[in-house]
Amino acid sequence: MAQIKNRLTPFFENITFDREDNELVLNFGPQHPSAHGQLRLMLHLQQEQIVKAHPDVGYLHRGMEKMAENMIYNEFMPTTDRMDYIASSSNNYGFALAVEKLIGLEVPRRAKVIRMMLLEINRLMSHLFWLATTALDIGAMTVFLFAFREREYLMDIIEGYCGARLTHAAIRIGGVPLDIQDDFLHQLRVFLNKLPQNIKDYEDLLDTNRIWLMRMEEVGTISTEMALSWGCTGPMLRASGVAWDIRKEEPYELYDEVEFNVPYSDKGDNFARYRIYMEEMRESAKILYQTIEMYEKCEKDGQTELMAHAPKYISAPKLDIMTQNYSLMQHFVLVTQGMRPPVGEVYVATESPKGELGFYINSQGGPYPYRLKLRAPSFWHTGILTDLLPGHYIPDVVSIIGTTNIVFGEVDR
Amino acid sequence: MRAYTPKDDVQAKAYYTDRYYVAPQVPKSEVETDEVFAADLEAIKAKFEVKEAYIQVEQMVVYINAHDIYGVLEFMRDELAYTQLSEMSAIDWLAKDNTFEIFYQMLSMEKRKRIRVKYFIENGQAVDSVEKLFRSADWSEREMFDMFGIEANNHPFMKRILMPYDWQGYPLLKTYPLEGDEFAAWYEVDKIYGKEARDIIGPEIRDTATVDRYDSERFARLGFEVPKGTKITGNEEPHVDSYQEDGGIFLIKKYDKESSVVIDDPQR
Repeated sequence: MAQIKNRLTPFFENITFDREDNELVLNFGPQHPSAHGQLRLMLHLQQEQIVKAHPDVGYLHRGMEKMAENMIYNEFMPTTDRMDYIASSSNNYGFALAVEKLIGLEVPRRAKVIRMMLLEINRLMSHLFWLATTALDIGAMTVFLFAFREREYLMDIIEGYCGARLTHAAIRIGGVPLDIQDDFLHQLRVFLNKLPQNIKDYEDLLDTNRIWLMRMEEVGTISTEMALSWGCTGPMLRASGVAWDIRKEEPYELYDEVEFNVPYSDKGDNFARYRIYMEEMRESAKILYQTIEMYEKCEKDGQTELMAHAPKYISAPKLDIMTQNYSLMQHFVLVTQGMRPPVGEVYVATESPKGELGFYINSQGGPYPYRLKLRAPSFWHTGILTDLLPGHYIPDVVSIIGTTNIVFGEVDR
Repeated sequence: MRAYTPKDDVQAKAYYTDRYYVAPQVPKSEVETDEVFAADLEAIKAKFEVKEAYIQVEQMVVYINAHDIYGVLEFMRDELAYTQLSEMSAIDWLAKDNTFEIFYQMLSMEKRKRIRVKYFIENGQAVDSVEKLFRSADWSEREMFDMFGIEANNHPFMKRILMPYDWQGYPLLKTYPLEGDEFAAWYEVDKIYGKEARDIIGPEIRDTATVDRYDSERFARLGFEVPKGTKITGNEEPHVDSYQEDGGIFLIKKYDKESSVVIDDPQR
């Protein structure tokens, strides 16, 4: 059966030919290499200037909220990987934390330290990926190769921990499944010792680069009001003059025990966002050094617990399951039927590399969440393009999309 | 007597629940226990009717009347410094009492507090758009319309956002099956090949776990491939995969003690 070509023509495409004015409608994406996945933009142009922008999303919609309603809580964990697949552990973590808050669970300290390591490694991976792709979009091929090389080291470290490179599923509700391997800390230290020089290399290539500055400075300026009104979070908000970092303001895990700064800028343009990503990498490295110390202290103090002890919700350690009958029974029930959190609702926000990643869970006491809403930062960072792009020129579109750092697994969910 | 289960909820259900199981509650505390929330609630109560308010998991939940929502959010933004609408959406309670519950997740960066404003609407009732207050509501209200069919009055562009514009049905309703309804099964066939091809192609298989070993069009017969489109009658002998026996299973090497190695280094 042959495909009938005309049937595939989108039904709105013929409208534009009847226009009387000089406006040109340009269709950007969804397969444009710099559309970061599946973004489709309908741009109304006067000459080269954009007068109206209409982002069209949904090309990667998989209905995760629907899937969540039909999955037991632990089953949903690998699905969260597919949201922001550049930093998947941060999604795992957001979901795990939401469920832990719902059932009121305290995670052992060693697990917290490992989680913080994973989160910050993910933040570094995400920021390096952002730098690489944005630089590539603007034409800086060297930075792309440099940043991907560093990201590769981090992926190797993560692979050594959980076996996966992109979709980690490295965090469980109630803790972490594994302790870190022997040479994990060593590898991490080697990487962190090199990182400042690497970041300096990128900055040497970009900070005074004429093309980079032309595409970045005074382009895509977001005012504070606009950023707040559009629900911008993370680097997008911090570049617009609000020093709001959930790790600092509403600390989770052990973020209140580590020293780090929250870089922010009141410029609001592409260059400010670029600077913030670079500074955040330095801060992440700072946090990672401190988590290494924390981990070593845990080891010295003999804190070996990796999962919370809550037989109603969390399976016992593998050794107990294999040796004790009751643990085995309880594990069987938790795997086949799933845990049943109490009746209630919770909204938990965490600072993912892209911004505020929130999980709203409404539980009715059953093994399936009654309603689960994923608050993905990129969704609004895409929406803001409606107001941000008008007035800019076509070449600016690519650099603006680049610095918004949107990932479509997260926008469409 | 058997417990009543709503027939129009087609989501996954627990297949076994103890008869005497009483689900525990996530603890709620009085608003008075938190100074900031208590002051905020007093301020809201002075101007609007508040039906219920409590604190759950460090956040205040406030139930108001549906027609007050624009006023309440405007008041919260301008007077109480709740400057950001993080999230808003609906919860489907149609099976229970034919209502939707709408929630707005508000954030005050000044006070480091979060409030959830909620209200109920009847099925078919529209909500008031808050897009004029928070631009982020533009997209979230569209998403709510897309997923639940709840329209927002005074919204500038009330169109679907994630699903195609010509989609029928609202995916997040409890009455909507996970793998999609009849419309979903024919959507792409109609779109790409035309309605006249329905008999030839058949409905789309939307259950991703389906494996049909008599289907020679898809890759369901790994290791036993036949030319594409071959008719398989179903009378063939059932094939039993043997594990590590002679002949071996497809893609898995036969275990041989002589040529095997023991890996000591996990990082190999």
